[in-house]
Amino acid sequence: MSEPKNPTVSSSLEKPEDKEGLSRRDFFNEIAAGALGVAGLGAFVVSVRYLSPNVLFEPPTNFRIGPPSDYQVNSVTYLANQEVYIVRTSDGLFAQSAICTHLGCITQWKPELEMIACPCHGSKFRKDGSVEHGPAPRPLQHFAVRMMPDGELMVDLLELVKPTQILKV
Amino acid sequence: MTSWENTIERLRRTPVWQSLFRRGPARTNRTRSVAVFGNIFLHLLPVKVRDASLRVRATYYLGSITFFLFVILTVTGVLLMLYYHPAVPEAYQDMKDLRFVVSSGVFLRNLHRLAAQAMVVFVFWHMFHVFYRGGYKPPRQFNWVVGVGLLLLTLFLSYTGYLLPWDQLAFWAITVGTNIISYVPILGQPMRFLLLGGHGIGENALLRFYVLHIVILPLFAIILIAVHFWRVQKDGGITLREEHGRKEKD
Repeated sequence: MSEPKNPTVSSSLEKPEDKEGLSRRDFFNEIAAGALGVAGLGAFVVSVRYLSPNVLFEPPTNFRIGPPSDYQVNSVTYLANQEVYIVRTSDGLFAQSAICTHLGCITQWKPELEMIACPCHGSKFRKDGSVEHGPAPRPLQHFAVRMMPDGELMVDLLELVKPTQILKV
Repeated sequence: MTSWENTIERLRRTPVWQSLFRRGPARTNRTRSVAVFGNIFLHLLPVKVRDASLRVRATYYLGSITFFLFVILTVTGVLLMLYYHPAVPEAYQDMKDLRFVVSSGVFLRNLHRLAAQAMVVFVFWHMFHVFYRGGYKPPRQFNWVVGVGLLLLTLFLSYTGYLLPWDQLAFWAITVGTNIISYVPILGQPMRFLLLGGHGIGENALLRFYVLHIVILPLFAIILIAVHFWRVQKDGGITLREEHGRKEKD
């Protein structure tokens, strides 16, 4: 056997599969692994998607709350079904969530203390939803209130607004 | 030979017995070992144990008691499932029925509840004991991690079971608990949504917690328990006090 002319030829003679780059077996193994990977990823994505329901039987996110005259000036009204407070001040009217921003308990309006209090961990909020006493990290969420053409008010829970946004009525 | 022994001996020669046990009586150390090795349940356990590791003070049987509580929980849990519908409002009514209408219902329900609470206590006690005996050190570090996995599964099982009575305590405990999940950065809200199957605690959440509680988590627990037992013998048995240079005094 003659001496190899250069080292690359020598190594390719020792390993025949290197000469063609990739053996048939390796090629099919890689194709199979790739196909399994793609199928596995697809199955994972589809499974996660399956876990997320498309139709929810939850209360509607926008609802009518009647005309402004239903709410007296300087009053806080709790709507139990929607878990919101309708607060009317001399400036106007706004809707804010009754769900505590700490861990999601339902707060209660205490008229004698002029305060919204959470029974779970003792958070206290002022009438406008700002935090007076922790552990709540954020003020109560305010929702958009609109006047409908027929004079009734409509609250949209999906439209979050700043606490300064008050509907003049 | 008494007639009783004769009967046993004849039974041992029947094809049914031989197909079940596949070998003769375990009368020597070798045949005893083979019997343990050849049994799907017993092979998780060591063929031989040292006397010292069977003493009460070696383990206080804390791990065994935890496993026994898991068995009680499985049996009582399956029985409770026969009367419980994971739906609103049936869940609460079924829980009330179990307490006031079903024969022995209140006994099974309380046994399930108390065994669950005891299991959490015993898992921690077992872990403290293993920790103080140095059982987490090599070569047993892998089994310590399996044990931590079993601790988490125990806590998740407790937590998912907590919603099932569908009373005020359950509702607000799960409200608070799942809101803690939503504090996870970025993924918090999507994780809470997937766990509850909605934006709040409703029928979807009850069903998901039920499936987690009765199928998914127990399945993982059984697999990890099997690995945990098997690893004890593979890592050389339980930690004895002599191993760390102290002499057993009793």
